[in-house]
Amino acid sequence: MNNNWQTVIGIEIHAQVNSNSKLFSSSSTEFGSAPNTQVSLVDAAMPGMLPVINKFCIEQAVKSGLGLNAKINKISIFDRKNYFYQDLPQGYQISQFKDPIVGEGSIEIDIEGTKKVIGIERLHLEQDAGKSLHDQDPKLTFVDLNRSGIALMEIVSKPDMSSPEEAVAYIRKVRTILRYLDTCDGNMEQGSLRADINISVRKEGDELGTRCEIKNLNSFKHINAAINFEVDRQIKIIEGGEKIKQETRLYDVVADKTRSMRSKEDAHDYRYFPDPDLLPLKLDQDWIDKLKKDLPELPDEKKARFIELYKISEYDAEVLTSDRLTSRYFEDVATNRNAKLAVSWVASELFAILNKLNLSIEKSPVNSKQLGELIDEIESGVISNRAAKEVFEEMCESDKSVKDIINDKGLVQISDTSEIEKFIDQVLIDNPDNVQKYKEGKTKLLGFFIGEVMKATKGKANPGLLNQIVKKKLDN
Amino acid sequence: MLDNLTIEKTSKLLSEKQVSALEITNNYLKKIKDSNKLNCFITVSDEKAIDAAKQTDKRISNNEKIGLLDGVPLAYKDLFCTDGILTTASSKILSNFIPTYESTVTANCKNQGAVVLGKLNCDEFAMGSTNKTSFYGPVINPWKSIGNDEDLVPGGSSGGSAAAVAADLCVASLGTDTGGSIRQPASFTGLVGLKPTYGRVSRWGTVAFASSLDQAGPISKTVEDAAILLETISGHDNKDSTSSLKENELFYSNLNSSVKNLKIGVPKEYMSDDLPEEIQKFWNEGKKILTENGAELVEISLPSTNTALPAYYIIAPAEASSNLSRYDGVKYGLRVKEKSLIEMYESTRSEGFGDEVKRRIMIGTYVLSSGYYDAYYIKAQKIRSIIKNDFDNVFKNVDAIFTPATPNTAFPINREEIDPVQNYLNDIFTVPANLAGLPAISIPFGLDNSGLPIGMQLITNSFEEQMLLNISKNLQDTINFSNQPIQWWA
Repeated sequence: MNNNWQTVIGIEIHAQVNSNSKLFSSSSTEFGSAPNTQVSLVDAAMPGMLPVINKFCIEQAVKSGLGLNAKINKISIFDRKNYFYQDLPQGYQISQFKDPIVGEGSIEIDIEGTKKVIGIERLHLEQDAGKSLHDQDPKLTFVDLNRSGIALMEIVSKPDMSSPEEAVAYIRKVRTILRYLDTCDGNMEQGSLRADINISVRKEGDELGTRCEIKNLNSFKHINAAINFEVDRQIKIIEGGEKIKQETRLYDVVADKTRSMRSKEDAHDYRYFPDPDLLPLKLDQDWIDKLKKDLPELPDEKKARFIELYKISEYDAEVLTSDRLTSRYFEDVATNRNAKLAVSWVASELFAILNKLNLSIEKSPVNSKQLGELIDEIESGVISNRAAKEVFEEMCESDKSVKDIINDKGLVQISDTSEIEKFIDQVLIDNPDNVQKYKEGKTKLLGFFIGEVMKATKGKANPGLLNQIVKKKLDN
Repeated sequence: MLDNLTIEKTSKLLSEKQVSALEITNNYLKKIKDSNKLNCFITVSDEKAIDAAKQTDKRISNNEKIGLLDGVPLAYKDLFCTDGILTTASSKILSNFIPTYESTVTANCKNQGAVVLGKLNCDEFAMGSTNKTSFYGPVINPWKSIGNDEDLVPGGSSGGSAAAVAADLCVASLGTDTGGSIRQPASFTGLVGLKPTYGRVSRWGTVAFASSLDQAGPISKTVEDAAILLETISGHDNKDSTSSLKENELFYSNLNSSVKNLKIGVPKEYMSDDLPEEIQKFWNEGKKILTENGAELVEISLPSTNTALPAYYIIAPAEASSNLSRYDGVKYGLRVKEKSLIEMYESTRSEGFGDEVKRRIMIGTYVLSSGYYDAYYIKAQKIRSIIKNDFDNVFKNVDAIFTPATPNTAFPINREEIDPVQNYLNDIFTVPANLAGLPAISIPFGLDNSGLPIGMQLITNSFEEQMLLNISKNLQDTINFSNQPIQWWA
């Protein structure tokens, strides 16, 4: 990219806690409800209202911390971050400043086989703000408080990444872990997972450069593009003899540019102080231990187990464990079957159709049991791999069973030696010239004969047997 | 028969069917109407009061067993949110705010059948000790100096709560106490005022001033009534995370007046040559009574006393500056329309808040600002734990602490405006109990030479309200304070 320039990236991920109710009130967190229908007296900051911690959100944060191999702080404190804005009803956000619920941790990312450990600085809990609607009225701004008070986890990385690829891989990995734990649904389009990216550049060996923060990115494509733009911008400025101003920037999707939002001088003084309405949060070691014991298998462990147990490639294992439901689907299919066949069917055929239909695996038209049945038919030689693709296509569109489709389409493979021989003999009779050429040494013509037999049997001849018999007959 | 009722007396009249709840309520409503000069009430909820009284009468005529508060006319400081009744915190910014919910404290009274006569004037957002900071104008103390017609302050911030009980415009009232706001006005008006242990009473639905200090409590004519009200309003509330899990106690039934063998501490740091002679005189008299009645007096030391006031005037404004951020013109209350959001905030808050509130918001904002936080807020918190520590040490050796409630008696409303810091000195004896979260009570002791009430303060260890009430009852029964202001307002 840019010779001897080094990029330094740190990331703050805001992940919405998967919970039916808000961090400090019992209001619903359902996405997409009519404006201001999920707002309690507490969420609207009515006079005299007080926050009460939702224990489930605490549990989710601790599980997330454990999943990020991080230290769980047995005492943490909720602070008030004070600022005025129309969608912040209390005039302060309840967050955690000095004493977060989760401390240092780390995760491993994998860029085309190269592994790198990325440090986690902390994870803390905070309330989301409401939403300002600027497009409802030509003059007025409307406020929707449905989001107000929803629990967010802010996960802060160390500045350990040095390329957009690493940044994306890191966010993907955190997202996967949270989704495995069911602590965040990771839905970036709905804003359940957003990232602020801190970027600076320096010459190799130099001190850290001045950083800029790009706020509120919610797609991998934009993250990649925003980092690329920002790195180029910063290098150009420095190479032009000027200095980087520390500031907060926004990525403009349409222009594919980042632009200044506010400079450091305009930065708020948030006047953090411990929220006197909430006592320090104390966690019991036994409770933490129990959560740890009950954690599900996480992506790294699962990947290692897949490689070991199913003897599949690292690449395939990575793909299959990138999502908890995919890995479960794969395991359902692969258990007691040929793992190679299972990989190929899940990772190529199934993924292709899901991509085409733009569906997630839980909405797959073919479930793991059905796909398993199809593979059984291949393994037992009833149908060929080629015929199986035809069956699979049909399965995606109808509810018919695998066996019915095979029978209805007459796809049962011919594995009877004498019957296959009949077809071969006919082809040899019909093509004496080619038989002659083969015998003279043009052995590449083997494929021609096989193709002709396949044509004659409408593809139903067992390819293994066919290959074997044709060869035998010609070589005699 | 209908005048100067206590809760005990009212309850007796009602259960003996000597008079109906409606008659009692109507009598009080009439008295309120005739006492506009005192400016105690911001809102009189006469319809709701009459309804509630009728309900009580129905229960009585059905021979249902009624509780002690059933049919008793009370009034509440306008800081308690009351469902369907204007709740202003004495501020212009909430001058149109009608809650759709009832604070836990007032709901507890309602559930016992209490009749709410209305909402009482106070210092704006409970900030003040004169009741002069109210948007609705000052409350006038029913008491006057002998031979002097000058209007006096009732104290504050629960000035309306004290003046209304002193003028017998309600049987008893509820106030809130952040730095002395129940005890000081009770002392200025010859009443009993109790601030419970922090966490004893739920803060849910009470407009917040300083969350770590605020506690609601009763202002009443007798210690018995204070016990009844405390018993009613206290208890765990899972809507308030700082509410204590302690079991409810039967303060009234368990009330006795024995001080035998109790050790009462008298802090030497509270003795000062600046203390008016007459307050000193009653303090000494109290010590004498306690000794005569069987208690042992012990001189104690609370070495950090002189740091309490400065620490309080950092912590309380800091919390207030944040608590009052929600009054921004966006969701409820006053909104001054402007072209932009920032201008709307500025105009709404400039017009909506009075000077004292603005002063404290500015102090609070300053002490929380980066660069000053450690020097002020953190330091004040350290002082707070040292003060708490002082009390913890003292309570290893004594059962209660006996001090004056205030360094002065009620003063003229039109007293030449003094430096705000001088005004803050009104809280000097009351603030330490708030910082340490301890229960404390002010009880009337007598009148000074100009005929104005003087109160003394008792402080006990956390959750020792029963002992606090018992000692108070002993003093009350011995002193037999029965003076009332001469009626001049109706």
